[in-house]
Order: sequence, then structure tokens, then C-alpha cells
Amino acid sequence: MEAYAQLIPLTILIPAIGAFINMWLGAKMGEKLSGYIGIGASVLSFIVSLVIFSYVNGSHGGGVLVDPPLLDGWIAIESIGLNIPWQFRVDALSGSMMLVVTGIGSLIHIYAFGYMHGDPKFSRFFVYLNMFLVFMLVLVTANNFVMMFVGWEGVGLCSFLLIGFWWDKKHGVGWRNSNAARKAVIVNRIGDFGLVISMFLIFWTFGTFDYYRSGETANVAFAKYVHGYAEKHGAEGAEAEAAAAVEAAAAAEAPAHGAETAHGGGDAHGATAGDHGHARPALEQIDNSLFETSQLGVFGQTIRLGELPVGHPDRMIEIGPFTFEFGQVLFLIVFLMLVGVTAKSAQIPLFVWLPDAMAGPTPVSALMHAATMVTAGVFLLIRSNVFLDYAPEASALIAIVGASTALLGGYIGIGQWDIKRVLAYSTVSQLGFMVAAIGLNAYIPAMFHLVTHAIFKACLFLGSGSVIHGVEHGHHHVHAHGHNGHGDEHGHDDHAHADDFDPQDMRNMGGLWKRMPVTFGTYLFATFALAGLFPFSGFWSKDEILVKGWIAGFDKGNPIGFIVLGMLLVAAGFTAFYMWRQIQMVFFGEPRSEAAANAPESVAWMTIPLVVLAFGSLVGGFINMPAPINGVFLPHEFGHLLESLMPSVTAAGFPEFNFPLALLATAVALGAIFFAHSIYAGSKAVRGSGEPTERRDPLTYLPSSRPVWSLANARMYWDEIYFRLFENPYNQMAKWLYRIDWDILHDYFHDTVLYKGYKSVGNLLARGVDVNVIDATVLGVGRLTRAASSRMRTLQTGYVRTYAVGLLLGVVAVVVVMLLPLIQNS
Amino acid sequence: MNFSVPTEAFIVLSMVLFVLGAMGVMLRKNAIIVFMSVEMMLNAANLAFVAFARQWMHLEGQVFVFFVMTVAAAEVAVGLALIVAIFRNRNSTNIDALHQMEG
Repeated sequence: MEAYAQLIPLTILIPAIGAFINMWLGAKMGEKLSGYIGIGASVLSFIVSLVIFSYVNGSHGGGVLVDPPLLDGWIAIESIGLNIPWQFRVDALSGSMMLVVTGIGSLIHIYAFGYMHGDPKFSRFFVYLNMFLVFMLVLVTANNFVMMFVGWEGVGLCSFLLIGFWWDKKHGVGWRNSNAARKAVIVNRIGDFGLVISMFLIFWTFGTFDYYRSGETANVAFAKYVHGYAEKHGAEGAEAEAAAAVEAAAAAEAPAHGAETAHGGGDAHGATAGDHGHARPALEQIDNSLFETSQLGVFGQTIRLGELPVGHPDRMIEIGPFTFEFGQVLFLIVFLMLVGVTAKSAQIPLFVWLPDAMAGPTPVSALMHAATMVTAGVFLLIRSNVFLDYAPEASALIAIVGASTALLGGYIGIGQWDIKRVLAYSTVSQLGFMVAAIGLNAYIPAMFHLVTHAIFKACLFLGSGSVIHGVEHGHHHVHAHGHNGHGDEHGHDDHAHADDFDPQDMRNMGGLWKRMPVTFGTYLFATFALAGLFPFSGFWSKDEILVKGWIAGFDKGNPIGFIVLGMLLVAAGFTAFYMWRQIQMVFFGEPRSEAAANAPESVAWMTIPLVVLAFGSLVGGFINMPAPINGVFLPHEFGHLLESLMPSVTAAGFPEFNFPLALLATAVALGAIFFAHSIYAGSKAVRGSGEPTERRDPLTYLPSSRPVWSLANARMYWDEIYFRLFENPYNQMAKWLYRIDWDILHDYFHDTVLYKGYKSVGNLLARGVDVNVIDATVLGVGRLTRAASSRMRTLQTGYVRTYAVGLLLGVVAVVVVMLLPLIQNS
Repeated sequence: MNFSVPTEAFIVLSMVLFVLGAMGVMLRKNAIIVFMSVEMMLNAANLAFVAFARQWMHLEGQVFVFFVMTVAAAEVAVGLALIVAIFRNRNSTNIDALHQMEG
């Protein structure tokens, strides 16, 4: 039902209303009501998203533009023909992103209801969470870069507010938290600089910001195939049959099922509809031939220009006094976009903010790492897949950046003590997988991995939050003897004790599987998914990416493919290694602190989302399997949905399941787990005696592995390098400028020039002009009036008879004046 | 119709009455006397009105007299009330004592 697509403004409006209600009334409503409103807004938005997705799913990717009321011509400058509408696009990509954002977002809202219990800023937290959803939804549903940028900046703002949510904690912790928030904003600012310039170039090149125009077909070959025009659907073999089944199912539906073009022309074209028995759109309606190049959206224009031979006059883009070839401009656009993506999606070199963002409450970490924020960059690249198709050099760069990030994140992850920091570097690493896949033009595996990663990473973060929550409560239990730490009203604010106990340090944990069975079970599921073990979701999505690397390397002879494949395999090994190390440290062995020994299982508000997400980690891969699941999913179901936006996918076809590679990846993961188990199993996980925080990692006992571990533990000195290269010089410059400011500007310019000059001019005006001229005039008028009136007042005697005489004399005078002419005339 | 008394006589009487009234207003100190003098001036005017009305056989003059009498009656009501109020305040009706409005 195409009408379902028109609901799209609701998905954004509902959380916005939730945020506004909580903003104005949240403090008065109390925790329960405020939380219910936050959760309700998110869940309702999810339901609407489901309805919209049902349309997208039923119409081969949808592709409808929706103009919300009152917002036509959102930014319009008529004199230069600029008109940027506030326009939503419902298609496979935005639909599936909406599901991820609102679905996982809702679970995180529910979890936060339990996690934030007792926090004094409870309702404010839900305002921010809802706002986060709003901006992320704006980002994914936009049909132009400017609207996307609104969401892009909005999630940046919300991440700032949420990372620094506990800015008011005592003992310097709040200062650390707000520093982390500032770091996130500043690093993202660098990326935004690139993205903004990229957008300017896009406008300069294409004259529009719109992704697609109304009635335009994103993937002509796919649309032709869906409508029965194509002769052969690429070299797909078995895949083509499956797609034919899709087509048959579509034909059985109502005749006016709306694919990309159905809303363009409702009238039946009998001439072409003949053999199919139902009205199908005319060929010229789906192959974009009715459009001039300049009428198309940016991606349509890119395809047109990209198909022209190099050096064609249409491909010459004038930017200021320079003329560039289209390929060069596209490289610049994608490169600058990559700068934005490295900041938002935490890639080398701008990933440094993400591990620090762990300062926020754990639901925030889950929301940022799984459903929102960091996926924005990956989403943007997938959305811009057409650009990447025609910018092979930039794609190679993206692949290298992504693969190195995957390797680096995985490596640093093995040396961290903080339970959330391990996961943060894991996110960096996994985002590297997605970006590397995009660099290999494997957009569907990237999106697939984005979805599965969102599920299992949300589960891991919420699980780590549950562990932290439990350890904090255990700590309370120990320190408030006889006081049930779990039941009484205290927020996380109270948890910042004067003592140095860190509930996030894995050295303070151990043996928790007995204390927190649900958390442990769900954590294990998500760990297997992240490590990529069969049949968990991570196995399928990671395998797709590796297969694409394999194909690029072995089949096409692209050296980038070999490099990426090798790096990602090593990164996958690291992933399994650090996750198994974490499992052993947190859940096995003996409890290493009193707090861990007394940690209680979390409340149902927190465990239920965990269970749901753990289930998702297990079955999430089934949406895009290389083989059909009878009666439920077709092969590459999700991929065929996304294919409607990706012309290059139709040309290249879907990869087949590569059994040796899958075996290799599984062997790497299992080997890494086995290796980690032999090092960290049980009570060996943290060695040494004394205070937990003084104990050491087993790897530091071997001279050969010690430097490797120490380098990972020091996060490869990235922060230190940035400190040396940028922050120190910046501080030096600031000091120098301070001296200039104080000595020259203040002492000389302010004190001497401005102050004295002002004073002398002021003196002249006050003494000379004001006193002598203005005052004299005004006072003179006053004196004159007084002198005159002192004479006149004596006329007023107060005796009635004086007035009577005056009256009489007046009458006589009037009579005389009246009679005089008469007397003279007579 | 034969006029036994000529109009000039009425006018002369009227003038005499008016002058007497005017002198009274200007020269006497007792507020009630002043008031009576005002009445006398009004009635002098009335007399002149009536005389001219009889002279020219016009009714306007007679009608005016009624107006003047009505106004005079109203004036008496207000004026006497003022005088009573003044007397209550100061125990005298000497208008020369009332010169607080002196400039």
C-alpha cells in the first residue's frame, strides 16, 4: 500500500512529541510516567516504521518521495533557482534503517528505564534519547543532503549531551565526562568540515541536493527486471530464478503495486501491458528517459555523466575559475565525504572520540554504537553508492581506511581493562569492516553487517551495562552493610565514591556467570555473533564481506581485494580473541572483588531487551542468507530489497557462498577463541596478587608478548600523538596569543589608546559642550519664565470685586467695540 | 392702543437698577448683599427685555425673561448653598476675607 509510505512524517513526529512532553513536564511527572512516555514514543515510532517497511517490502524497494505538509520549499532562494524541500524518501535503505533505529532504539529505551532508575535527571535522559531517535530518523529518511545534514548534526548534538550526561559527578569524574563530550564534538567538527565542502561540491556539480527526483528510477536494470522488461538478469544463474519467484509473487498482487515509478503514472498503458495481464508501467517511465540530465537527482546525473566518455564536454565541471573533469570532481566529493565519515563512523584517523564516549551512561553507548550515530557515516556511503561506483580511486582509499581501522580497533581491543572500552574498540573495528566492504563496492554486505552488528553490539553494550550495574550494586551492598543495595533509591550519581573503585574495570569482576545468568547467556550469544561463529548472525554478514574481498582479489585480480581480505581476516581473529578474553575475565574464574561476589542480576526491564537482542543475534543473519529458508526467506532477500537502489549490484550479481572461505573464517575465529582460552581461561585471566587494579594481564608475563600487549593497552599512543601534534602546539599558540592579548591589546591599546582617548573626549563633551552650552540654554529658559511670572502673579488678588470690575470693564469694552461702528455710521 | 408709560422710562429705570446692582457687587462686602445685587442686575435686564418686547410687540423678549428667571433660580440654589458652606467654615460671609487665591 503506497499510502503507508505517507505515514513517514509520523515516525519522526512521535518521538519529537515524546521529547517535548518530557522536556516541559518530565521533571514534574515523576520517573514512571516520564519513562513510559519516552518508551511509548519510541515503540509507536517503531510500529509506524514496521507499517512503512511492509510497503517497502511489498513493492521491491518502494522508492516514494513524501512531501510533508507545510514544509514545501524548506530552504528556497528563488533568485538563483535554489529550492531544497523537506522531503522524505521511502525506499529499501531508509526503511531498513528506520527499523534498526527505532527497533533497537525502543529496546534501549526499555532497558534505560531500568538502568537509569533513581537518577535525578531521569526525564532529561529520555528527552535526549527521543531526540536522538528524531535526528537519526531525519538523517536516514532525507531525500537530500541538506536535510540529511540536519540529522547528521542533530545526532552530533545529542551525542554531546548524552556523553556528558553525568557532567556533574563529583571527584573529577564529571570533568572527565564533559571532556569526553567535548572531544566528540570537536573531532566531529573536523569531519563535518569535509562533509560540508563535499556537499558544496555536489551542489556545484549537479545543481541540486536531491538524491532522487519524483518518478525517477534508482536502478533501471532492476526495475526493468521487476516489470518484466529485462531479457536476462545479469549472470546470476540460480539467483535469477529466485528473483523470478519474487516477480511471480508481485504479479499475483494488486495490479497497481507501486515500485519506483508506479506513482509517476497511474494510467494504464495498454500497449505494453498486453502479455502480462495487468497494467505495467511503460518502459520510458522506468528507464528515466523522460528526464533531462539536469532534471535528475544527483545519483541519476552521476550515472548519465559517468557513462559518457572521459573528456566529453558535459563532463567538464566549472568550479570558480577552474575546470575539472567529472571524475576528478567525483573523487573530491567522495574523498571529502570520507573525511566526514571517518569522524562520524570512527575511522582512522578520527576514531579517537569513540572510546572516550564510553563516559556516557551505558544505554547511550549502546544507542550510539548500535542503532544511531556511528552508523550514520556508513549509511551515507551506502546511500551514495552511485558516487562510489564511478570513483574507483576513492573507493580503494575507503577500502584501505576501513580495513586498517578494522585491524587497529581489533588490535587495541586486546589490551583494554575497561569492559566498555573493549566494546568501543570492537565497534571501531566492526565499522572498519563495513567501510572496507563499501570500499570494495559491496554495499549490501556492508548494510547487512550494519544491521546484524547493530543487534549484537546493542546486546553486548546493554549486557556490559547490566554487569556494571550489578557490580555497582554489589559494591553498595558491601559498603552499606545490612542495607539492601538493590532496592533503595539511589541514582548513579551516588556511585561515584571517594574510594577508587571502578565498576567498569574487568579486574574487579570475575565469576559473574553464577550471579548474573541471564546477562551471561545473552552476552555469550552476542559474543559468538561478533566473533562470527556459525550460525550466529555475525557469521553470515562477515562472511559476505570476506567473500567480496575474495572475489575482488582472486576473480578480478584487484590487489586491494587481497589486502582487505587479509587485514579483515586478522581483524576477525583479534575480534574473537578479545571477546573471549573479556568473557573469561568478566564471567569466569573467582570473583576478584567483594563487589563482584555480591553482584545481583539486573531487573526485568533490563534483562528482557537483552534476551530479545540475544535472540536477534542468533537469527538476524537469516534475512540475507545465501540459500533460501523454506517458506520464510528467499536467498539474499534483504539484498534484493536493497538492490533497487544499487545499479552496480545488478550488474555484478550476488556472490555465491564460498565454502573454503567460510571454513577459513570459522577456523580463524575458533583458533583465536582457543588461543584466548588457553591464556585467559578461568582464574588465569588476571594474574598477580594484591589490589585488583594492580594485577596484570597474562600476556605481560612473557617478554615476547609484553610489548605487543602494552602497545595495545596504551591505545597505540594515538591520543598521545594527537596531543603532541595538535593539542600541545595549540596550547602553546594559545599562551602566546594570550600574551599578545594581555600585553599589547590590554595594556597598550585598551589602557592607553582607548581609555585615555575616551576620557579626554568625554571631558570635552562634559565640561565644554554640556555645561556651557546645553545647560545654559535650558536653565536660561527656566529663569526667564520665572522672572516673567513673578510679575504677572500679582494681578491675581483673590478679591472677588477685582474680578467683577475686570468683568465689567470687559463688558463695557465689548459694548463700545460693538456700538462704535453704529455711532460712526449714524 | 395708547401707551401710558413710554418705553424710555422703563429703560431708564432698568439702567438705574443695573448700575445700582453693579455698584453693589463691586462695593459691598457681605456675600448675601453681593448676591442680591447680582439678582438686581438680572432683573434690570429682564425689565429691559420686557420693555422692548412691549415696544416692538415681539414675544421673544418675554420668552427670554423666563429663561433668565430660570437661570437665576438655578444660580440662587447653587450660590446660596456655597454661601452656607462658606459660613459654616468661617462663621462670616465677608467675601473680602476670602482671598486665598491671591497670587
